[in-house]
Order: sequence, then structure tokens, then C-alpha cells
Amino acid sequence: MARKLKEHQINRDWCKGCGICVAFCPKQVLELDKHDKVVAVRPEDCICCKLCEIRCPDLAIEIILDEGEDND
Amino acid sequence: MTETKKIRFVQGNEACVEGAMYAGLDFFAGYPITPSTEIAEHLSERLPRNGGKFIQMEDEIASMCAIVGASLTGNKVMTATSGPGFSLKQEAIGYACMAEIPCVIANVQRGGPSTGNPTHVSQGDINQARWGTHGDHSIIALTASNHQDIFEITVDAFNLAETYRTPVILLLDEAVGHMREKLVIPEKGELPIVDRLRTSLGKDVDYHPYLPREDGRLPMSDFGGEHRYNVTGLYHDMWGFPSNNPTVVNQLLRHIVDKIENNIHSITRYKEHYLEDAQYILISYGSSARSAIQLAEDRRKKGEKIGVLELQSIWPFPSEVIREKCARARAVLVVEMNMGQVMAQVKAAVEKPKRVFLANRFDGKLITPHDIKSLLRMVQGRGV
Amino acid sequence: MAVKDYLRERFFPHMWCPGCGHGTILNSLLRAVEELGLKKNDIVMTSGIGCSARISGYVDFHSLHTIHGRALAFATGVKLSRPNLNILVPMGDGDALAIGGNHFIHAARRNIDITAIVMNNRIYGMTGGQFSPLSGPGIKATTAPYLTIDSPFDVVKLATAAGASFVARSTAYHARESTEILKKAIAHKGFSVVEILSQCPTHYGRKNKEGDAVAMLEVQKNNTAKIGSKALAENPNLIPRGIFVQEERPEYCSEYDKIIQHAQQR
Repeated sequence: MARKLKEHQINRDWCKGCGICVAFCPKQVLELDKHDKVVAVRPEDCICCKLCEIRCPDLAIEIILDEGEDND
Repeated sequence: MTETKKIRFVQGNEACVEGAMYAGLDFFAGYPITPSTEIAEHLSERLPRNGGKFIQMEDEIASMCAIVGASLTGNKVMTATSGPGFSLKQEAIGYACMAEIPCVIANVQRGGPSTGNPTHVSQGDINQARWGTHGDHSIIALTASNHQDIFEITVDAFNLAETYRTPVILLLDEAVGHMREKLVIPEKGELPIVDRLRTSLGKDVDYHPYLPREDGRLPMSDFGGEHRYNVTGLYHDMWGFPSNNPTVVNQLLRHIVDKIENNIHSITRYKEHYLEDAQYILISYGSSARSAIQLAEDRRKKGEKIGVLELQSIWPFPSEVIREKCARARAVLVVEMNMGQVMAQVKAAVEKPKRVFLANRFDGKLITPHDIKSLLRMVQGRGV
Repeated sequence: MAVKDYLRERFFPHMWCPGCGHGTILNSLLRAVEELGLKKNDIVMTSGIGCSARISGYVDFHSLHTIHGRALAFATGVKLSRPNLNILVPMGDGDALAIGGNHFIHAARRNIDITAIVMNNRIYGMTGGQFSPLSGPGIKATTAPYLTIDSPFDVVKLATAAGASFVARSTAYHARESTEILKKAIAHKGFSVVEILSQCPTHYGRKNKEGDAVAMLEVQKNNTAKIGSKALAENPNLIPRGIFVQEERPEYCSEYDKIIQHAQQR
């Protein structure tokens, strides 16, 4: 069953803009804004693989799934 | 099962072991080194019988670190060593000062510096006990000259470590450590035991591991218990988290020094021998005090008013006691087996430092009553 | 519980540089703890000194931030005195294998039930980029302006030879793999060593022209391969990843319990 995204919960205070999540997102969902903080610019393309969340060295990204999904 | 007998004939190192077990020692980590090794040997047998833990670590540093770790889970802990090992332990002793971890370090002194004179007596680590680790701090160091006193002072060392949340150095020496004499083991309850002061706060209450109570004491919470906090060698706030805020740094350093220096009266231990009318006072400690006491007894028989002030706590230095006791003495002789480490402190303590003399030996031989007598005669103006 | 429930959030953002692999290792480690369902009160994290050592301040466990190189010695005291606790000891490469090398091999020899995590970024970051015993030859560092000539330790081989009963390697890039390995390491009864290759873009990367954090992660991806993989068979120069040792061997605290039983019967 495909997982459905609710939102990218991004903690802008914690994000240091290293760009790891942007570079390794398989669907190019993320970009850094002019403040060097990550934003989800194409959330509709997100496949909820959570690679950004688990690799984020700042622990600043959380993929929130749609209700009923397993939000581990 | 000889150890259950009340009267025993033991080495000083064993008296220390008996004192530690009486005080409630749970955990010992050590590394073999002459002349302290018997402490480790005997504890390796005694501790597991009581359900305690003994571990021989890979080096002296590791031994010191391991006891700090074990103290944090709520154990009474100890290590034992001698000069070279005492040098290696210093960084972790400083950690225990800073993080306020109760622990006891026995240093059975031998001749130094370096490998020095491993199998012979010395009292050369007095200043190292005080200033071995870097930075401002305070420390408690105790000593004793006979086995009954070693037993009691070891119990005291654990009590003071728990009371003030601090490392306590037990400064023994090769002569008392290896000598055998009678030891009467007190009944349970005969000597007071200070147990770990633990917080009474419940799990949902914010616990401050580094916030002193009104009486200055800091209740602890065992690692593994309900309160999770941080322990660090960095300057830290009342939760234990690092801080370089000048106010925090200032207050913490004052606290770790003041908790000891302000309680010097409770910490100071000494014995008086023939002091009431003494014209000449010998100040001594550890095995050299035995010779000083012997000389005083000998000279008393000839009518000379000689007394001995035997120090049992060296740090914090009992300057006030010494100044008071020596106020009316014609001269003070410090009897020790080093180049005058305690003498320097005595000179700084008394009103007439020029009347303080040193009777010492540092060749690995126990200072004798005869050695002291020669110096005393010169001081008395009676020739050599 | 969520990963954030294991954090002391008030200290975030953390002090590590942008793109530092240590943050990812913290991330992977907390997921392992969470997936194992460990209770926070049952975990003690002991660390030494260095960038890596700051990790213990960020986790809501019992935390013991000690002195340089000695984390495993402190941890040994904690574990032997309270064997029911889970002990996590993250260390930097210099912390674990230069100043702490002796404690590392002896903890492995004892097979004491501690999880040692070597966060290997091949540099002393906190002091500004000096080479470490894991840098290897030909590396530029502030104390090697003409390149290093020192050979490195192979952490996996060293830990194996010293007697660790669980030995594994992963990278910050392979974060999910790291979590899976860490779960097994923590669950393993005995001394477990997990080396995780980490990146220090600030000091190592910049000095050695390896680019930013992303470029350094590309290196971790391209220069490593799973044990038993075709890629590794075809190119033995790749750094192998995976679990190298996983054996049941007498664990120190359990063996000491037998000593206690024996002593008490006498």
C-alpha cells in the first residue's frame, strides 16, 4: 500500500541548510530557499521514502503521513 | 573464615581493606602496583563474597574512570595505587572533583619521582594529593600511622566522600601498608557510616543534581533511576549541562572549593600525644609519626617536655589547629619522609615560622627516633 | 514514541557544523533505540571529548560526558555495577583509537556488554582539523601540512582481533542500514563495535578538496560496498560494509555473576 503524504514538517530553526536532503531526494521534492533553509517545493511528487528525514543531520525534517497511516 | 574474627594480625593494606568493607564498599577497580597491590588482592576475594564487584582494569587511568562510573549508579567505590599510578589518575580525579562524584583513592606512597623507589617508604605525594590535578579545586586527604587508625580513617574517607560528594585521598605509605600488627575490627554500628544521600523527589518532579541544599549537600540520583541528568567535566549548570556563563563558572568553582574549605573543622582529624605541657612539638603523620611518638616517650622519661601533634587529615590543611597547638612551643619539628612538604604548610600556619624545623629522611629508610633526636638536640641548642 | 521524544530539544539546533555526519549518526541511533522500544531510564550514554562526545548532551538518557579517550573505562564501571542498564558509547576516531585505544581493545577483550560506536570522520574536528589514527596516509591536516605518512587502523579488524563479539561498519550515507546494524548491536549481548563513516566538511573536506557534505556522502556511497556484494567482489578496493562478526561469547558481567556465586558458596 502506497503511503500518502500529509506534510513535510520542517523545523527551520534546526535546519542548517547543508543540502543533503535536497541532493539525495529521489524525486527532487526539496529545495533550499534564499535563507538556506529547506522547503518542500514539489510535495505532490513525494513518495514518503523518508530518506530526507533519516539522513538529516539536524533532525529537522519529519515526514507526516496522512491519517490512518503509520506515523512512526 | 579468619576475617570474621574480631582480632586480627594484618598488614596495613589489609586494615584499609577491612575499613573499606566496614564502610560499605561495593565496587573496586584497580591495577597492580607496589606497594598497594595487597589492597586489590584482598578485595578481589572479599568483594564478591558480599555481592560486590572487583575489576582489574587495563591501566591506572581506567581504574579511576571505572570507579567514577560505578559511583554514579549508587555504589560506594574505591581504587588503590601508588606514586606512578597516582600521577596517571589525576585527570580523572579532577573529573570527580568537578562532577562531584564520591570516591576514595588510596595512595600507598613509595619513593618518587618516576618509578623511584617502589619497595621503600616515602611521604612524597603530599603536594600531589593537593595539586595533582589541574585547575583550582579543593581536596580531602587523610592519613594514619597504625592499623587501628587506618581502619577508622578508611571508614572516615568513605563518610567524607559521601558527605561532601568529592574524591577523598587516603595517603598511606609503604611502611604502614606492609607492616603487620594487631587490628580489632569494631562491631557493626560501633563506627558511624554515612550512606549515599539520595533525592527524595519523585519521578515527575524536576531534579537538580547540582543544586546544593541549604546545608550545602547535594542529594544524588542513581544512574538507571527515575531522574535523567547530565554529568560532565565542563563547568555546568544545576542540571549538569555545560555552561561557560561567567556567573555559573564563578559559582561552581566557589562551591566545589567552599564545600570543603568551609567545613575544615568537621573534616580535620588529628591526635595529641603528650601535648599539654610540651615545649617542643613534633608534627608528624603516617609511619613517621610512630618514630616521633617513640622519641617523645623516650625523652619524657628523661624529663624533657616533648609532645607530638599527629595529623590524620592533611588536606584541607589544619592551619588553625597547628597555630593554636604550637603557640607556646619553643620550637616545632616537622617529622616527615620528604623534603619538607608539610613543613612548608606548618611554617605558613604558625606565628613564628623561624622556629619550625624539619626532621626528615628521603632515602627510602623509615625515619628513626634517633634521626629525629639528632635534629632535636641541635634545635634545643645541645649539640648533635 | 517519536525520535524527538529521545532528544533534549532545548539544546537544539545542535552545535555540529552544517552537513556534519555526526548529526545523521545521532538520527540513526535514536531510530534504533526507538525501534527496539528501550526505556529512556534504562539507557546510559557515556562519551569522551571531541565533536562526537557532544552527542551525549542531546539525548534524554542518563548521560555521562567524561574525559578524552576514557568513555569506555567509565562505561565499564557503570555496566559492571548495574548490568541491567544498556550502555551506549559513541566516540570519535581520535577519542576511541588514539588516546582511548587501550580501553577500546580491553573492553573488546572482556566482551563486556557495551555498544561502542566509532563516529569516524578521520579528523580531530573540535581542535580544528588535525589528523587522526584513522586518517591514513596522504591526507592534509593542520598538523600534516606536507600530507600524512601515518598508516591508519582498520577498526573492524582491530575490534575483531581484540575480541569484540559484534563488529560492523556502515556510513552516514547509509542511514537506514546504520539503524538496522545499531539495533542488532544494542540487542547483542557482549561488546559490540559499530564503525560509522562520518563526514567533516568543515575540516577534512575543505582541506582535502573533497567538497561539501553532499560530495562527501557521494564518496561514502561510491567507495563502499556490502559484504558479499557483487560490487565488492569486482572491486576489492571498496570499503566493505555490514556485519563482520556476530558471535555468542561469555559476557563479562554474566561471568562475574558466576564469580559472586562461587565466592558466596565458599
